[in-house]
Amino acid sequence: MPYRYLEHIATADVAFEAFGDTIEELFVAAGDAVMNTMVEELASIGSEETVAFETEHTDLDLLLYNFLSELVFLKDARCLLLRVKSVSITEDGGKFNAKAIAYGEKINPKKHPLLSDVKAVTLHRFTLEKTDTGWRAVVILDI
Amino acid sequence: MTIPSAIKKISDTVWELPISYKAGMLVPARIIATEKLIGTMDAGVFDQVTNVACLPGIINYAYCMPDGHWGYGFPIGGVAAMDPETGVISPGGIGFDINCGMRLVLTNLTYDEVKPHLRELVDALFYRIPTGVGCTGFVRCSHDEFRNVVEQGSRWCLKHGYAWPEDLEMTEEGGCFPGADASKVSHKAIERGYDQVGTLGSGNHYCEIQVARPENIYDEETARAFGFTIPNQVAIMFHCGSRGFGHQVATDYLQIFLSVMERKYGIKVLDRELSCAPFRSPEGQDYFAAMKCAVNMAFANRQVILHRIREVFSAVFHKDPEELGMRMVYDVAHNTAKLEKHTVAGKKREVLIHRKGSTRAFGPGMEGIPDCYRETGQPVIIGGSMETGSYLLAGMKSGAETFFSTAHGSGRTMSRHQAKKMIRGQKLQRDMEERGIYVRTDSWGGLAEEAGAAYKDIDDVVAATELAGLSKRVVRLVPVGNIKG
Repeated sequence: MPYRYLEHIATADVAFEAFGDTIEELFVAAGDAVMNTMVEELASIGSEETVAFETEHTDLDLLLYNFLSELVFLKDARCLLLRVKSVSITEDGGKFNAKAIAYGEKINPKKHPLLSDVKAVTLHRFTLEKTDTGWRAVVILDI
Repeated sequence: MTIPSAIKKISDTVWELPISYKAGMLVPARIIATEKLIGTMDAGVFDQVTNVACLPGIINYAYCMPDGHWGYGFPIGGVAAMDPETGVISPGGIGFDINCGMRLVLTNLTYDEVKPHLRELVDALFYRIPTGVGCTGFVRCSHDEFRNVVEQGSRWCLKHGYAWPEDLEMTEEGGCFPGADASKVSHKAIERGYDQVGTLGSGNHYCEIQVARPENIYDEETARAFGFTIPNQVAIMFHCGSRGFGHQVATDYLQIFLSVMERKYGIKVLDRELSCAPFRSPEGQDYFAAMKCAVNMAFANRQVILHRIREVFSAVFHKDPEELGMRMVYDVAHNTAKLEKHTVAGKKREVLIHRKGSTRAFGPGMEGIPDCYRETGQPVIIGGSMETGSYLLAGMKSGAETFFSTAHGSGRTMSRHQAKKMIRGQKLQRDMEERGIYVRTDSWGGLAEEAGAAYKDIDDVVAATELAGLSKRVVRLVPVGNIKG
């Protein structure tokens, strides 16, 4: 799994570390980590609906923040649990842009083993960095 | 444990980290705790409370309450008063779940009368109050009508038949923060929250049927004034907030503040979650007006849930809720920023109080509490874990040290992940049922996360608040039925 939950920080909330060989892979992994906080089995999320969304920011780390926040927004606004299928990240004129395609379905407690709702992505210790082997992020979610 | 060596014991319940502890601290940080509780606090508390002490305009001390634990931005249990003229407002000092709070409702039923109907009551509450991830409520309103909800709070509920007039009086600030302005709220926030009025949410949110056993009455006179007059009287306590709407308001403004904080106002913070703006700046005032909308959404949310609870009890007992004595004891907010008048350096003045996971606890005779509680002080509702019980306390005259703020819960000591590894939800439900607590949930994993073992001892936390002179114990309430989000 390209992400793991961190036990010893942010006791009442959920902290995770996500990895990717490429920045795009990291975005996908971090998206799954957000969903896996709410749903025990990601495999239970079907692919009835496809959603395309776009986020942008001048800073790459805040692009990730906006991208994850969008998944949290869609969970409430459209009652959707989503898995990101592909992301393409580009830079133009000092602005980063992420175009994502995600699939998923409406929340159904009978089908999806639910855990706790993610209220928001926090900026506490929020980190995105390039490592020798790829990319790494640390994110704390408000539960 | 992780207690910094620089910490100084000021009294049995006050611990101080001096300005020299961290570069940039403008005031010392004070943690309210007994020796036992300070030993259970995680490293995040000391780091975060001293980050708060660096915020421009902070007055006296940055505080952390006895239930304090690692949060984001402020620690959970964080309190800071800012000078409104020179100080900042920070969403990280309020939390994403703006006006997450507690409401306590009485009945005139005893446990013996409720016991034969307990399963029916809990099942009906579970069926009638939407819980869990991303749930939607039964109040159908358009985006425009929702703007009225967030500007009017409980007043909207009264107009639409979801409230008794006296409910508003028994809610902090009458169930409506004045100055809420829906034009300061993004379309996304409206879209995220307009169909969530009357929903509990998840995590540590719950609705619980509780009993006030005679041996758990600490102060009979105050208990009577708060409405506990019958041995083994049953009450209902619930905990929830402003749902996706409030979460989005905070998310939006965190970004807005981040973009102007340093560039426009030259403010640097030690944690980006503390991003802020001067309170008197356009951005600060916009956030304050939007935050008030989220506060009002939470009041309306709890009011509509109360309406549902009354319907359920009325249907099960074939009596009107009035006949069942289902009146509110009080509703307290624990994630807000408010302008309040407090005495600073011997002078009464207006300050902007951030409380994040902390309850306002006004003492006897103070302005801003219902007349019926003038003698006793404000009721303070502190929720414990679903296994161990909760407390009703009263504000004290001696609470000035913390700007009349106290704890809000028992405070976690175990991570959610660890709790899930150690505890199985289904087994916990069976064990609790054997102990006389009937629980319903849609989330076994979520239930395990909220097990009593994951929390500090609530008895220790409330005893510490009493010892510190912030809030005194009135009644300990034990759970018999619970619906968990």
